[in-house]
Amino acid sequence: MAGGSDHIVAETAARIFADLADPQTINRTQDDAWKARLWSALADAGLPLAWVPEELGGSGASLAEGFEILGVAGRYALAAPLAETLIAGWLLARAGIEAPAGAMTVAPAQPRDRITLDKDGTLSGRASGVPFAREAQHIAMLAGSTIALVAAKDCRVSDGKNLAGDAAGTVTFNRVKPIRSASAPAGFDQAALMLMGATARSIEAAGALETILSLSVAYANERVAFERKIGKFQAVQQNLARLAGETAAALTAAGSAADTIAQADEFDEAVFLEVASAKIRSAEAAAEGSAIAHQVFGAIGFTNEHVLHRFTLRMLSWRDDFGNESWWAAELGRRVAKRGADEFWPLIASR
Amino acid sequence: MSTTLRFDQIRLPPECETLRAEVRAFLAEEIAKGTFDPHRPGNGDSHNRAFSKRIGANGWIGMTWPKQYGGQERSFLERYVVTEEFRVANAPVRLHFVADRQSGPILLKYAPEHIKQDILPRICRGELCFVIGMSEPGSGSDLFAARTKATKVDGGWKINGSKIWTSNAHIADYMLGLFRTSPPTKENRRHGLTQFLVDMKTPGITVNPIIQMTGQHDFNEVVFDDAFIPDDHVMGEIDGAWKQATSELAYERSGPERFLETFYVMLEMVRALGPDPDLRSAEGLGRLVAQLHTLRRMSVSVAGMLQAGKEPVVEASIVKDVGTIWEQKLPGRVRELTAFLEPEISNRATLEEQLAFATMIAPKLTIQGGTTEILRGIIARGLGLR
Ligand SMILES: Cc1cc2nc3c(=O)[nH]c(=O)nc-3n(C[C@H](O)[C@H](O)[C@H](O)COP(=O)(O)OP(=O)(O)OC[C@H]3O[C@@H](n4cnc5c(N)ncnc54)[C@H](O)[C@@H]3O)c2cc1C
Repeated sequence: MAGGSDHIVAETAARIFADLADPQTINRTQDDAWKARLWSALADAGLPLAWVPEELGGSGASLAEGFEILGVAGRYALAAPLAETLIAGWLLARAGIEAPAGAMTVAPAQPRDRITLDKDGTLSGRASGVPFAREAQHIAMLAGSTIALVAAKDCRVSDGKNLAGDAAGTVTFNRVKPIRSASAPAGFDQAALMLMGATARSIEAAGALETILSLSVAYANERVAFERKIGKFQAVQQNLARLAGETAAALTAAGSAADTIAQADEFDEAVFLEVASAKIRSAEAAAEGSAIAHQVFGAIGFTNEHVLHRFTLRMLSWRDDFGNESWWAAELGRRVAKRGADEFWPLIASR
Repeated sequence: MSTTLRFDQIRLPPECETLRAEVRAFLAEEIAKGTFDPHRPGNGDSHNRAFSKRIGANGWIGMTWPKQYGGQERSFLERYVVTEEFRVANAPVRLHFVADRQSGPILLKYAPEHIKQDILPRICRGELCFVIGMSEPGSGSDLFAARTKATKVDGGWKINGSKIWTSNAHIADYMLGLFRTSPPTKENRRHGLTQFLVDMKTPGITVNPIIQMTGQHDFNEVVFDDAFIPDDHVMGEIDGAWKQATSELAYERSGPERFLETFYVMLEMVRALGPDPDLRSAEGLGRLVAQLHTLRRMSVSVAGMLQAGKEPVVEASIVKDVGTIWEQKLPGRVRELTAFLEPEISNRATLEEQLAFATMIAPKLTIQGGTTEILRGIIARGLGLR
């Protein structure tokens, strides 16, 4: 991709976030009034349904454009179900189901949770850690090889929250009658949903790290101790260089996974390697990067008033969604082992 | 300076994969002939003159250089493929590797025409070994403390002093050396060093071996006693060598050799774990695969940005920092992940031998080519902290 005009969708997203989802401003406000204003601006710009074709009620943006929106969302530590709605719309579109307006989320959001489709066409099962289920009007879901749209009010949603305080409850489906359901395309399964969700979270985490790096460098150039800017101390410089390394790794791994999915015809072995690597490496970077940034900020970064936690805690929480890094690592390790030693380097070199 | 890091998503173009197949076929044939054993990791650090000539005959040395000097005018991404395939195979490329990676490009930029005509084609044919003469007993990380002196005489320069840790000096044809031609100035302590092309057969040069803790002889002390270097062997500006280390450093820092030096232990671990590893090993392996894949994507990205004429200096330093730390930790990770394997696995002897070797060489990985601390200083400068 070249030229500015290609990034117009991401630029629109950035403008809206700067106006209506500034982390510093949100951190100071007591209520959630900003959420409705933000959502209506996002909806007006066609961003939540970017991955839904126009004929199904969306704005028909490319996968690459949608991933760019998520990168920007990560840079703002966005606390709204934009990624979830994007993925929900994408999931529904796989089965030709029209996307409703308003916020959505997806279930299952964990690789080992299962929803089943009963003979009477109702849905049953439990999905844990479903992001923003409390704030979503609809849930797009996968039950075996069926894709379905259900109303959130028809399900039981528990009060769970993630580290950053964003809703992440367990959704219980007890013979829920879907608004619509249809068959997923051949070969589409829960693994595909996890791959898409994991890519989204990796991109968001990399975006959060980019902001964390900027904030940390700016603070180090400002805060004075022992009559010097702390950024002049070599120990601080070396830590920030490591933070840059972790940010670079997350950005590269997530960008590579997004690029691969955007070009892929199917979720093949290459997609699996790319996405698993992105989820694992971005989660590792989140842990390292968070620790370094908090160290640089000292006590002030540990306060509720300071904006840093909006990025670090959210990024740490994202590690858990759509399969944590340990789950992905075990899966990836098994696959590499099964291919055998002679096929290992060729796999790496093929990307 | 901004803190924006840039890692473009570069994929190797199709011509790279054709080339990769050619390189793999060549390596398989050489292995079958017994030229080297890919399971013996020390190979990658060894040399074989005849083998280097065969690589040169295939057009795989100096492959990005102009045709008039023996090059192939191919892309840096193609060179990337050749470098990584040779590295992963543990092929003995020491003889020509430094010339291919950094000496040739310096000659291309600074050598007078007749020297380029004379030397570059011979590098491309795999005939010449170049070494880097920078470090001295009193000057390592602090390059600008170098004291080995070049004194102006009629028609050239007389060199006195010594270089140290000079890899391959005992097999070298030429050195690109950094010598003091003037004292540093008050305003600029980097002033006063000049880069020279040194013919290692020059009278007055003595090479003394230094044995490494592995028992290997790779680096040396090089002593200069009134060694004469002609005027046309000055590379670039007199007293101004400090201005000359620009984007070459990015090539030197970000290549696949900066994270693949202990790769063989990971490969052998995959063999040892077999097709159905336990959960602990599977998870550990998966993390390493993710880290390796990410590093390679970062490294390819830097290669692609260089090919596109950008100067990703900070990004290249990041690749070397993260990459060398990774390859240094790898033997320890493999040791942990293979700790509970059954004693009778078939490749245990190879794995143990490789692990022992990788464990011994691990300390050098974050020292050679600039230490971790120095690299992080460069990254910090790029971030706007210094
Ligand atoms: C296997 C191997 C091959 C080599 N081959 C060559 C070669 O072919 N040609 C050549 O010229 N050189 C070669 N070297 C030398 C190499 O470039 C130097 O070892 C390296 O630059 C470090 O210098 P030093 O060993 O003198 O360590 P020192 O510079 O003395 O450093 C010692 C320690 O102090 C730290 N330190 C130094 N300065 C700072 C600072 N400003 N801030 C923070 N920490 C600092 C270092 O990071 C390191 O941890 C080789 C080295 C090795 C290990």
